[in-house]
Amino acid sequence: MAKNISFTIKYWKQNGPKDKGHFDSHQMKDIPDDTSFLEMLDILNEELIEEGKEPFVFDHDCREGICGMCSLYINGTPHGKTERGATTCQLYMRKFKDGDTITVEPWRSAGFPVIKDCMVDRSAFDKIIQAGGYTTVRTGAPQDANAILIPKQDADEAMDCASCIGCGACVAACKNGSAMLFVSSKVSQLALLPQGRPEAAKRAKAMVAKMDELGFGNCTNTRACEAVCPKCETIANIARLNREFIKAKLAD
Amino acid sequence: MWLFKSSIGRKLIMSISGIALVLFLTFHGCMNVVAIFSKDAYNQICSLLGSNWYAILATAGLGALVAIHFIYAFILTFQNRKARGNNKYAVTDKPAKVEWASQNMLVLGIIIVLGLLLHLFNFWYNMMFAEIIGQPTMGGYEATDGFSYIQQTFSNPVFVTLYVIWLIALWFHLTHGIWSSFQTLGVSGHVWFNRWKNISYAWATVVILCFLAVALAFAICPDSLGNISGKVVPFAM
Repeated sequence: MAKNISFTIKYWKQNGPKDKGHFDSHQMKDIPDDTSFLEMLDILNEELIEEGKEPFVFDHDCREGICGMCSLYINGTPHGKTERGATTCQLYMRKFKDGDTITVEPWRSAGFPVIKDCMVDRSAFDKIIQAGGYTTVRTGAPQDANAILIPKQDADEAMDCASCIGCGACVAACKNGSAMLFVSSKVSQLALLPQGRPEAAKRAKAMVAKMDELGFGNCTNTRACEAVCPKCETIANIARLNREFIKAKLAD
Repeated sequence: MWLFKSSIGRKLIMSISGIALVLFLTFHGCMNVVAIFSKDAYNQICSLLGSNWYAILATAGLGALVAIHFIYAFILTFQNRKARGNNKYAVTDKPAKVEWASQNMLVLGIIIVLGLLLHLFNFWYNMMFAEIIGQPTMGGYEATDGFSYIQQTFSNPVFVTLYVIWLIALWFHLTHGIWSSFQTLGVSGHVWFNRWKNISYAWATVVILCFLAVALAFAICPDSLGNISGKVVPFAM
């Protein structure tokens, strides 16, 4: 049985990257605890509009945990304490108690400037992918799926790495603003497969160079990223990226 | 050069200089334990590592390693603060798997360097430095009489306390530093991550216990130590 809870929500307001920003708060009353967090924010916005206030801006898209658009830092954790390592959209109000104060902040990192309120510009990730996160393939008729044999374990691990949705929680959680978990997952998903090997060295170098150029920090292996990753990426990927990068540089 | 210009290159510098320093600490710790058992043997080691050119060269190398590790720690921290931006989170919740040491390596490192300066003042200054400048009895004992300097230092409870704090900071630093070095080198993965982590804790604990044993033993019962005497077979130099 769903029960209703009332709580205070403190949400971040900021007009663009240069603005200092501040918290506003709002009293939420009788919200059913089977409401999703984003639905609760929709209710908040309806109430704000009714009061003649500016709605709270936040990113969201698929609301089914696969697109990586939602990006809220809830009570000190990226995506909040979701039930099975999922994104903000999979967080439900039953995770909170009556009378709680819920603090909602944007991803805070120099690499992700705030566009408005809790919507941040994560196009830096797209630029890193554009630098090398692909395989160059000739178009034409696809070859037989079994023409290249891939061990099941490698295929599974590549799939796990590919499940990174680029939400940026790793950067948000990292005290160094490092994007290594994202970059290493994207390098790994291709480095693990034979189709990705021919360009593996070039890819690792190009993506790391772009990551550095965009001002992301140096990884110091605190593991905060893997602790909050909604897709359970691990720092084994970071070790693989280090290996790929060092090997590539030594082979130059 | 990629070693200085890329984030992974800079981390590699930290990693390799760190591993070299861990190996030195291991050697130093083993050497210290000798003092508990034999004054003669310990002083023999001190004279071997006195002011000959090999020892001075190795000391200079060590100094360079510490300097590189220290300077890069600041460079990395500065860059990381910049990457993090000026806006701090109002609420932060530290996940259980994030170890305290991993987020405080710079602070621990600063404590370690301060301890190192005290240590150089207590020992190196009176031993190798005294020999280099030609005043081997500058500190009150012969420059090669390391055993007496240990007795003297740890008869002072203030020094004992400072050394214990120093060693605890060093233990925390090593528990993260060792596995982190191998992670940066890329020789880690799903299986080796846990292995390196266990090796880190075991290695750090053994090394620190070697140092701690000497400091505490000399603080508690300085007169009953180092009694195994007799002719020590000299090293062929």
